[in-house]
Amino acid sequence: MLGKHLLSAADLTRDQALLILDTTSELAAVTDRSVKKLPTLRGRTVVNLFFEDSTRTRLSFELAAKRLSADVITFSAKGSSVSKGESLKDTALTLEAMGADAVIIRHGASGAPERLATAGWIDGAVLNAGDGTHEHPTQALLDAYTLRRHTRDGQGDLSGVRVVIVGDVLHSRVARSNVLLLQTLGADVTLVAPPTLLPVGVENWPCKVSYHLDDVLPDADAVMMLRVQAERMAGAYFPSTLEYSRMYGLDARRMALMSPDAIVMHPGPMNRGLEISADVADADRAVVVEQVANGVNVRMACLYLLLGGASSEGDGSQ
Amino acid sequence: MTSMIIRGVQPYGEAAQDVEISDGVIARISPAGSPTGSPASAAASQKVFDVELDAAGCVLLPGLVDLHTHLREPGREDSETIATGSRAAAKGGFTCVHAMANTAPVADTAGVVEQVWRRGVDADLVDVRPVGAVTVGLQGAQLAELGAMASSAAQVRVFSDDGLCVHDPLLMRRALEYVKAFDGVVAQHAQDPRLTEGAQMNEGELSGRLGLAGWPAVAEEAIIARDVLLAEHVDSRLHVCHVSTAGSVEVVRWAKARGIRVTAEATPHHLLLTEELVASFDPIYKVNPPLRREEDVMALREAVIDGTIDIIATDHAPHPREDKDCEWAAAAMGMIGLETALPIAAQVFIESGRMDWRQLCERMSVTPARIGRVADQGAVIEVGAPANLVVWDPAQTTVVTPAMFESKSANSPYLDRTFAGAVRHVVFRGRPTVVDGQVVSGEVAS
Amino acid sequence: MPAREVLDASDMRRAIRRMAHEIIEKSRGVDDLVLLGIPTRGVWLAQRIAHDITEIEGHAVPSGALDVTLYRDDLRLRQVRALEPTNIPTGGIDGRTVVLVDDVLYSGRTIRSALDALNDIGRPAAVRLAVMVDRGHRELPIRPDFVGKNLPTATDEAVRVRFVESDGDDAVLIESDAEHAR
Repeated sequence: MLGKHLLSAADLTRDQALLILDTTSELAAVTDRSVKKLPTLRGRTVVNLFFEDSTRTRLSFELAAKRLSADVITFSAKGSSVSKGESLKDTALTLEAMGADAVIIRHGASGAPERLATAGWIDGAVLNAGDGTHEHPTQALLDAYTLRRHTRDGQGDLSGVRVVIVGDVLHSRVARSNVLLLQTLGADVTLVAPPTLLPVGVENWPCKVSYHLDDVLPDADAVMMLRVQAERMAGAYFPSTLEYSRMYGLDARRMALMSPDAIVMHPGPMNRGLEISADVADADRAVVVEQVANGVNVRMACLYLLLGGASSEGDGSQ
Repeated sequence: MTSMIIRGVQPYGEAAQDVEISDGVIARISPAGSPTGSPASAAASQKVFDVELDAAGCVLLPGLVDLHTHLREPGREDSETIATGSRAAAKGGFTCVHAMANTAPVADTAGVVEQVWRRGVDADLVDVRPVGAVTVGLQGAQLAELGAMASSAAQVRVFSDDGLCVHDPLLMRRALEYVKAFDGVVAQHAQDPRLTEGAQMNEGELSGRLGLAGWPAVAEEAIIARDVLLAEHVDSRLHVCHVSTAGSVEVVRWAKARGIRVTAEATPHHLLLTEELVASFDPIYKVNPPLRREEDVMALREAVIDGTIDIIATDHAPHPREDKDCEWAAAAMGMIGLETALPIAAQVFIESGRMDWRQLCERMSVTPARIGRVADQGAVIEVGAPANLVVWDPAQTTVVTPAMFESKSANSPYLDRTFAGAVRHVVFRGRPTVVDGQVVSGEVAS
Repeated sequence: MPAREVLDASDMRRAIRRMAHEIIEKSRGVDDLVLLGIPTRGVWLAQRIAHDITEIEGHAVPSGALDVTLYRDDLRLRQVRALEPTNIPTGGIDGRTVVLVDDVLYSGRTIRSALDALNDIGRPAAVRLAVMVDRGHRELPIRPDFVGKNLPTATDEAVRVRFVESDGDDAVLIESDAEHAR
């Protein structure tokens, strides 16, 4: 079904991605019930290992694991031994000793989840909850799920769905995972950013690229705005937040260029007034809150598919 | 002094000879199996040697000279010492290494370079030639006492802030000018610091995909271009460390065509490995300058073959395990290379038929000795030449395992690889330092 | 693999018709009845029974699907399974009589899982069980209320219920191949 770990959106085949989305659909029904709890992962231990602050992603994974009855422990960098200089390896060995069946890792260094999965420090499954400027596969999955609900009635893949991703692509793990996953699912992706915020070699990515937001808005089925950090000014990526917002921000004038059915997405947290104006953020077509809700269900699906069967170490012989 | 004979060995891979050594020099070279000793002596065939080395089917080369070695002492004796680094060098077929200056304290005074030099003499396995820092504390602000280091017992001729670039153009110009007084050379680590802030790997499509900050080729090429023009302007010698890009090769080629006195080195890892390895996020492949594209590797190989790149230098950079047993961004840059340099060079250049052994000796022994102004190293194999020699056995294999290293560190990107051929014997100043692949120290009877 | 046909299409049709009658009789009316099939073949059977009840009573009976995968007690013994659709008819199950429907009753563990799943969805007035084949070898204190065919089997035999919807024809087979025992 899936591999042992979920590290990159690139690891998912079309069938695997659809399996996750279909499983999410079934699990979404649980969220609508009065008893929002399943016994599926009873006795499994899931560790949230967060080296970066991200309350919303941490809570989303925590809730997903709890709804599946897993035991969840959270290991945050702040106030823990990690902030006292303990290495990733020693932290991993500690978690292994505690019997973690899965480690959900958020880390500021690109590739840290891959390292955790392959260095031989732990046996459990590793879920990438965002690594550096590399990937954030569950965000891409929840975005794909949201897109499928709005453009495909919640069925099948995303063939021909036109998605515009706008902003700091260079530093965005959300953009990387989305480009990979959405292309796997058949969507038509266009990246929009100033040239300084596009990675070298982006012309060979499986998507289109534009420097001009107004040009691509009318044809979009969905516009995904990326968070832009004002600190990027220090790296001379753009002259001022005002200029950025004028050229690449989504405001009411630009929203009017969009087709009436097109939706506005944002991985959050939003910088209102920078990449997205308040009236757009609060518009009916902005599905930011729904994305959060879908995030819990997608993460339940991932946890079920990674932990819901016999592990490769052979629980099956019990 | 030890008297020695190496039987049946093929100098430069040519006709088999018996090579006799006494008093630290090559005493006689005669066709294999012919009577030994002085032709005038009637008892010649009965001559007894202190050491007899069998080397049938093996290739005899002048001892290798490395212009770029990190021995880590003083300061990081947990990763390497001058003694362990000397053993690693000997095992790799080297008889001379240049110890880089980025130690703690930095080798920026006569006191430190003399200490390094003396520790090398004590280890007595290779000539350890200290490299002096160009600027005080490698800070790039003020010239170190280059003259004092040059006239010290260590006789420093190579100066480098390696690890850091001498970025200030005025300082670079002054350093190039100043070393002319003692025939020195500035070895530049060409890396524009602003263009490589936080850089983790070669900048290109792969770095974009992996989300690792890029180290663009232009950051190397722009510095080399500036430096060759400075070297031309002040008519001094410039050496470019670890050239890693096809563009850098073009710049060096252009400079040489203009008659600029520039020499350049490439490392074995830049001649063999590509950035694709970084996709594993295994920091064993993290090195500075970073592994580049296949096109760069191919351009570097051609440049070594046509002499645009003068020498192969290891950039042997030992690190303790904890500095690689971590996530990519936290890992130290560098890989060890002394003990795998010759197997890699043999694979890339000899096995492929692109070079013969005489040409490879130019790149790994003769020219590095000349750039470093090292007497008694890199000499042609002939009677009367200093007996610094390496015997290469093409019939054996070098299997890279953590246990094989004499280096105190094992951060090699070649673990589990097997290379054809192996260093069999090494002779340093007329005395065996490696016999049958094992480092021997002190007096040894075979 | 030797297979022996136990029921053919018309046997199955008659057995289903009989079960429909028994359910109506036992339930004393069909107003509060909800049939929930356990995927995959329980869903086809539930639809057949609902169809027959509707014909007999002239009154549509809701039928749905209840996937019990997430409640199984043997999840860790096998590779992870894809979820099947759960479809609870509008109106839910609170206060109603739910008839769970499955193709083969064997250890009883699937039905145990289904009872747990029902518990999280609502509070039925009563829960009954209808199966096409009861092959014995129960491992839990569970008994069917409505049975198409009681079929004594050996543990190394497999019982296959085939439906036109998924298998191309209607039939009940016994396969005597230990590797396919279920």
